[in-house]
Amino acid sequence: MSQAISFHYDVPGDDFTRAGEASSGVKKALKQVGLAPDIIRNVAIAMYEGEINMVIHAGGGQIDVDITPDAVRMVLKDQGPGIKDISLAMQEGWSTAPDDVRSLGFGAGMGLPNMKKYTDEMTVESTVGVGTTVTMTVFTHPQREAVS
Amino acid sequence: MKTITIRQISEACGFSVLAGANALDREADRVFCCDLLSFVMGRAPADCAWVTVMGNVNAIAVAVLADTACIVLAENAALDDEARSRADGQGVPVLGSSQPIFDTGLLIQRLLEG
Repeated sequence: MSQAISFHYDVPGDDFTRAGEASSGVKKALKQVGLAPDIIRNVAIAMYEGEINMVIHAGGGQIDVDITPDAVRMVLKDQGPGIKDISLAMQEGWSTAPDDVRSLGFGAGMGLPNMKKYTDEMTVESTVGVGTTVTMTVFTHPQREAVS
Repeated sequence: MKTITIRQISEACGFSVLAGANALDREADRVFCCDLLSFVMGRAPADCAWVTVMGNVNAIAVAVLADTACIVLAENAALDDEARSRADGQGVPVLGSSQPIFDTGLLIQRLLEG
């Protein structure tokens, strides 16, 4: 793989049953590229959490994924209500999800913490009333980084 | 660590096969019990036999993305039609147990240790 492979997904805002389609698509692509299973799993989990957040909180959004020889970079952008206090949202257990979402097994305040846990770099930019952009990077050669 | 196939789990523990019958040769190497999907996403190890009562389509997506070896629905919990169809399509084995979550997990654990 000598150059980037890019994907774009539109995440529908009101359909929980379709959440995961983008993550599954990227997971398949990463398998075809031949990345290590643990790297693929990290990307899939982080991206699915992002998709679920978009459906719960933002009425959907857009995801762009770039796969390069060194990293998988995901940019998740929505035009939802924004996050008032990002540091609070990053705490495990803090959630503003409604009860119907909780009854499905989500909304436990684990989304953003899980995304951070499974990625090497993550930034959250949010403006109340405008939307949120989350950028996540998973390096594909973590062992090489450790050596250098 | 010892591994067992989902087919072995089904046969030895007496669990029914609810979906994903084409993927029963997948192997599991540990048990993980949890119903909250957000926790499962963050904490379930890959290749685990995941015991839960959540039989909705989101549980199937979590199993696929977190790479669990199978889902075992305890307490005769229902697998809804959409979830069954998604599990068959994605090759996620879903077993059914009449036992509570702990007892279901314990049966699988004993197989892994046996």
